[in-house]
Amino acid sequence: MKFPIYLDNHATTPMDPRVLESMLPYFTEKFGNAASRNHAFGWEAEEGVETARKQIAKLIHADAKEIVFTSGATESNNLALKGVVEMYHEKGDHIITSSTEHRAVLDTAKTLETKRGVKVTYLPVDKFGMVNPEDVRNAITDKTILISVMFANNEIGTINPIKEIGKIAKEKGILFHCDATQGVGKVPINVQEMGIDLMSFSAHKIYGPKGIGALYVRKKNPRVRIAAQMDGGGHERGMRSGTLPVPLIVGFGKACELCEQEMAADAARLSVMRDRLHATITKALEEVYLNGHPTERLPHNLNISFAYVEGESLLMGCKEIALSSGSACTSATLEPSYVLRALGVGAELAHSSIRFGLGRFTLDEEVDYAAKKIIETVTKLREMSPLYEMAKEGIDLKTVQWAAH
Amino acid sequence: MAYSEKVVDHFNNPRNMGSFKKEEDGVGTGIVGAPECGDVMKLQIKVQNDTIVDAKFKTFGCGSAIASSSLATEWLKGKTVEEAGKIKNTDIVQELNLPPVKIHCSVLAEDAIKAALADYQKKADPK
Repeated sequence: MKFPIYLDNHATTPMDPRVLESMLPYFTEKFGNAASRNHAFGWEAEEGVETARKQIAKLIHADAKEIVFTSGATESNNLALKGVVEMYHEKGDHIITSSTEHRAVLDTAKTLETKRGVKVTYLPVDKFGMVNPEDVRNAITDKTILISVMFANNEIGTINPIKEIGKIAKEKGILFHCDATQGVGKVPINVQEMGIDLMSFSAHKIYGPKGIGALYVRKKNPRVRIAAQMDGGGHERGMRSGTLPVPLIVGFGKACELCEQEMAADAARLSVMRDRLHATITKALEEVYLNGHPTERLPHNLNISFAYVEGESLLMGCKEIALSSGSACTSATLEPSYVLRALGVGAELAHSSIRFGLGRFTLDEEVDYAAKKIIETVTKLREMSPLYEMAKEGIDLKTVQWAAH
Repeated sequence: MAYSEKVVDHFNNPRNMGSFKKEEDGVGTGIVGAPECGDVMKLQIKVQNDTIVDAKFKTFGCGSAIASSSLATEWLKGKTVEEAGKIKNTDIVQELNLPPVKIHCSVLAEDAIKAALADYQKKADPK
């Protein structure tokens, strides 16, 4: 077993060696500009890009012409929201999203509120982190131009009822954008069946390179139009100018092809591994709480809170394992996870949360080691915790008069 | 963010971790912080003839909070009550090389010392 162990696959994934191999020729001998129409270098590069476009489209059941390359999912989210608002501002000024979206959607929505006077409804989620499609329906007004709901949450892995939301959007004739960064390549996604009009995703979450993402933009029923946010040579059907990073795109394509072939097997293997990790921990430790949906969640995600133990100290005690926490001490804002807070998880348990993200290259023995180490560290830190001591003495921590600081 | 060697050392080998009985003679207990803020420190001193002969802590919080309280117990031992009252959070920041975002951990440790001293004095001299 090699250390440190990587269990933070929601943040990013290692690149699959097969992806790297596919990219290499495009850095050196096949270095052409895909927009060069008059020589073989350009044609060769364009061929690489078009093959990738097909591979990517196939994974999500779209047409290759509906894929717009961007620098990543953050840019795709910006382009979708800002592009739709700018293009359809005469139709209305209201968008609907949810409170547990990634910051790339929430902050874009905030910018649209302050700079363009757009009205934004932030839908609440249930205790599992799920958006209720009926809440979407009830939030729609005659000014609504866009619904943006994420496919699966990056912290808790809860998968939203996308198909139901897509159906409502179609019924009402409103565009539906989905940030599927965590879902693409992990679970089957079909933009036709799910009624998705715009969809953001990126390569580095699916064992591809960093710096490349895509926005799926539906071409018919309805034909979606977005205002470009980057002016220039008119690449990507005028929606996103800039010379295409051919090696990254080729790698993105290969990564999608591999996901299409291996997704089902990966998901089956990782969910068994994840469930074993969860079971081992809950068997050994009391007061461990699952965050997110018990069944409707990404197969490789586990997010749990360990009562009486602060998350950052837990990570520090398990420093040979790469994990992530919802603790404020691990964030720049000094606030605990807004996603967990939106679920109604108390601040003290949000501070105590740990996210495990398994991946294609995670080994059984790594997960077993992680379980053992987590159990040891939680036990040690609880011995050190005044809260655990008080709870053991039978004191109800909720009745204690704390001096908040 | 990397931790300083001293923080890591206190975290891995906490000094004086544990509890005294609160009712015990000469014991002062300070509990500061709040669970929803992500840190709670319990610091206890045992005083004989105006000198702190022993100190213990328990902390719920990040590594820097644990290290700050562990260090505080080390410093408290052997000090008189008056000397103990002069320990400043800035001394802790310096000793542990805490980054700006972790200064509140040292403030909490100073508050815990003050609270433990106040509790001891209240018990010793109930008016």
